[in-house]
Amino acid sequence: MNPPNRRSFLKIAGSSLGIGVLYTAFPAALKGKESHNFLSALGRANGEKPEPFSFVQLSDAHVGFNGPPDPLGTKAFERAVEMINGLSRRPDLILFTGDLVHDTEDRDAQIQRIKQFQEISKRINVPVIKHVPGEHDAGLDSGLLYREFFGESYYSFDHRGVHFVALDNVTRAKPEVGPEQLAWLKNDLSRFPKTAPLVVFTHRPLFDLRPDWEWFTSDGDQVMTVLANYDNVTVLYGHIHRDHEEQIGPVHHYAAKSLIFAFPDPTGISGPRKPVPFDKEHPFKNLGIRTVSFNGQTQPNSAPVSVEDIELTSREFREINGAQQLLRNLEL
Amino acid sequence: MLKAKKSVSALILFSCLTMLLASGASARPGETPIVEITAKRFAFSPDKITLKKDQTVKLRLHSEDVTHGFFLRQLALDEEIPAGQSVDVTVTPRTGGTFTTICDHFCGANHGNMNMTIVVE
Repeated sequence: MNPPNRRSFLKIAGSSLGIGVLYTAFPAALKGKESHNFLSALGRANGEKPEPFSFVQLSDAHVGFNGPPDPLGTKAFERAVEMINGLSRRPDLILFTGDLVHDTEDRDAQIQRIKQFQEISKRINVPVIKHVPGEHDAGLDSGLLYREFFGESYYSFDHRGVHFVALDNVTRAKPEVGPEQLAWLKNDLSRFPKTAPLVVFTHRPLFDLRPDWEWFTSDGDQVMTVLANYDNVTVLYGHIHRDHEEQIGPVHHYAAKSLIFAFPDPTGISGPRKPVPFDKEHPFKNLGIRTVSFNGQTQPNSAPVSVEDIELTSREFREINGAQQLLRNLEL
Repeated sequence: MLKAKKSVSALILFSCLTMLLASGASARPGETPIVEITAKRFAFSPDKITLKKDQTVKLRLHSEDVTHGFFLRQLALDEEIPAGQSVDVTVTPRTGGTFTTICDHFCGANHGNMNMTIVVE
């Protein structure tokens, strides 16, 4: 294969629902013979020819959670579904980055929550939906029930020239990936060129964002060492219930807002984490829309991502059937 | 002079042991003080201990129910407490401050709130 062209890039533009993250990928096959040669070679290596596409990230639905700071149950999740189905350009796929349901030790109740999650997500008019577990999905039983309903907890797949890697940092109960999965990751990525576009999606942050809030992965540095060999890596994760952006080396990490309630910005806060209180006047506060544009630049120290946050308004919320009644009945 | 030095040393040792005993540590002279900490969903007991910088203590961690974790990056604490069992970990804090130790072995719905404070003076 010809050496990759440093000007080759994937442009990814996205809208985060907040709720969710929508990415649009445009291949670099628009300019130059070298770009075309590189992308053709990548397409042959991946088995797919790169073409424009978009996708959405959703996270932390916590189906089954009930109580402050979120008395709305699945309303935000259902609203997200409406928004995705209303997009002018239908995304190719959905990535769920964990905590699909809220855990319970009652196995039958857990199954019911999983089924409710699947019922809501089936309303999304998108052909492909991929998941990774969160600790609330898989931490208590080492992922047994999760795998029964959703399949393997770590895997990879290719879509239109982009290699997607699902990483599991929850089923070992501790925040870690583990040596077996690390070995799998190295082997899985070994066949890709240095500038191959990679999207890693997982639940917990792979770096020490806030260890005393359990916002870390203990062997995340080993994962980062593997990823540092590639120039075009984007990591999507959840867990922290807020949006966050961080660049470590060449890798950009993006956290998505949740579908249930938010945690505060940890900067300047000492002691344990506490959820942001529910705001009856603004029931979807901190559950808004984020647009992310990723241009896939391969040059060192480039700034491939721009982010714009758009928050849902109460007026939109009241358009949901039952929402007004729900608000009137809330005792807050 | 030598007698004065011995008196000062004894006084220092007594003061250190007194402080450790005030934080819940137990020890005979010459032994490493032991601080007992119990883990049970979803809290540690005691929920706050005070240690002395550069003083070695043994934390005796006991689980009264399920497996718990005991994690504090700043003191290099990363232990698993098996269900119903005890583990000992020796620590010599080199950094002063107030730190939050967490359970990092998922133990149930309120796992995220299971933490305790370690003060190093």
